[in-house]
Amino acid sequence: MDSNTKSIITTGFKNFMITLFRVIVLVGISYVIIGPVLGIVSRSFFSDADNYNSMVYLIPQSPTLERYKLASETLDYIKTVSGSLLYSLSLMVIQVVMCSMAGYGFARYEFPFKKLLFGCVVLMIVVPTHTIMLPLYMTFANFDVFGIIKMITGSSVNLLSTPVPMYILTFFSCGLRSGLYIYIFTQFFRGLPKEIEEAAYVDGASTMYTYFRIMLRNAIPSVITVAIFSMVWQYNDTFYAKLFLVSDNLVISKKIASLESTIGNVYKIYDPNILELYLDAGIVLIMIPLIIIYVALQKYFIEGVERSGIVG
Amino acid sequence: MKKKKTSLTRKRAITGFLFITPWLIGFLWFYLRSIIMAAQFSLSELTVNPGGGYSLKFVGLSNYLYAFRAHGTFKQILTTSIGDMLVDVPLITFFSLFMALLLNKKFKGRTIVRAIFFLPVILNSEAIMGAMNIARSLMVGGLSSSSTEILEATSNSGVSIDYYIQMFTALGLPETILVYVTGAVSRISDIINASGVQIVIFIAALQSISPSMYEVARIEGATTYETFWKVTFPMVMPHIITIIVYTVVDSFMDSDVVDLAYTTAFTENNYGLSSTMSLVSTVITCLILILVCGFIQKRTFYYN
Repeated sequence: MDSNTKSIITTGFKNFMITLFRVIVLVGISYVIIGPVLGIVSRSFFSDADNYNSMVYLIPQSPTLERYKLASETLDYIKTVSGSLLYSLSLMVIQVVMCSMAGYGFARYEFPFKKLLFGCVVLMIVVPTHTIMLPLYMTFANFDVFGIIKMITGSSVNLLSTPVPMYILTFFSCGLRSGLYIYIFTQFFRGLPKEIEEAAYVDGASTMYTYFRIMLRNAIPSVITVAIFSMVWQYNDTFYAKLFLVSDNLVISKKIASLESTIGNVYKIYDPNILELYLDAGIVLIMIPLIIIYVALQKYFIEGVERSGIVG
Repeated sequence: MKKKKTSLTRKRAITGFLFITPWLIGFLWFYLRSIIMAAQFSLSELTVNPGGGYSLKFVGLSNYLYAFRAHGTFKQILTTSIGDMLVDVPLITFFSLFMALLLNKKFKGRTIVRAIFFLPVILNSEAIMGAMNIARSLMVGGLSSSSTEILEATSNSGVSIDYYIQMFTALGLPETILVYVTGAVSRISDIINASGVQIVIFIAALQSISPSMYEVARIEGATTYETFWKVTFPMVMPHIITIIVYTVVDSFMDSDVVDLAYTTAFTENNYGLSSTMSLVSTVITCLILILVCGFIQKRTFYYN
């Protein structure tokens, strides 16, 4: 055997070992991620007997849809899910428009104190929301704009237990993780060539027209990234929903927290192990919309994040 | 001619300012004002008036003194939260860099694997995560989430982890490193679940490295190992700061300190103390971020 074939064999072996290593690591880690999801899905079909039969693992002997029936009735599924989707979808649209505007301003225009103001955007990312939760709670419990509302109606308004605070915050790009979205948009707009805008100006387009019809069109990867992040995180958010006491009918992930106790009380089920099965079914129900969105947009999403300018 | 140019710059400055105005109003109104208010609350005793509104009574530093001297659990929870964070952040950073390197190569089924890795970000909700933890511990043969369970599992299968720990101690490895490693192994599922966004950022960073650099390295005869340390690592270095900021803030967001501050405010109605707790933890987080980022920034190579 000459040295050439020998080296081919060793490189072939080396490549094989590397591939094998990669397959083992990736399959193992994918299992860690998928495993619990599989567990939840399979347990949501368990009947009472399956739950106590220690021989049953993952595949129920007598599958039942009872869990889904009760869980969807208790959650008022169709109504709640469309409510929360509408809530997070509308917030997502506002989030994308307002944050991309701020990002565009930071990326393309020179104005005094720009560095300092962009530092404030970074500050928004760094300061954890819980630091400002109390002042926010107080602000919206006694809501007023420079005393104008008090002048007209005689007292400030309590906006808690309505979704209004969330809309106000999002409109002024201070909503859920807005700082991060402004950062993403700024980095992305910085990377776009200036010629696009200049061509539009030469053709006589106004600033607003250029921004909405040309720049946003070119920023599709980052728009998709922010849109999905914002949609999903808003749908999953319980922090702001709890803080502003937003109705459970708009925030399904908040409603799920009380699912077990509600079913226990209404249907007189006292066995915590059985109640857990209902929770599993409820979890599957709230995951379904997320999974559908994710599968549908998965391709744009991951590639979008890569091209969206997080990396600058 | 000169005058016209200044007026154009001014016009552009005004347009730019208009673009950020909504954000600026929001920042001043909700963020800056809130941070100032939180500082004010932490120095006062706050009572909610029955008719709406609240009144403040200045009490000086007594909230801070109470939190650090008299409060039963605050100091302990704060230190464990920070400790967890300090353990998790390097683990998540290196794990996500490692996974990004694996996922960056072209292979069959790459899209599916990437989709799976991003799943935890999509399912990142308190309720789902809680149920997942239960499911994880019920899945026999799966990875359990706590180190005691791992110890149990290993002792049942005839492999004693204590034996190995003793073996490595006998070899002269410091115990702190061993504790760190076993801790890391037992938290692997948490780390995997927390590194979805980071992996994607690293993949993007890896893809932005120009292939010509690898070509040069290959022609010069660099080994894979050398190429990694001399090309790949310096090029992704600038993004490590983004990753660290994101990870620190993310891990602090759902730490126990936040829960403690929340319950202090809304269950015990002690708003002043709650503000003190959040402010103290925020200041500590920011200090850690500044220290770490300053340290890394000095050692970072910027290509441009």
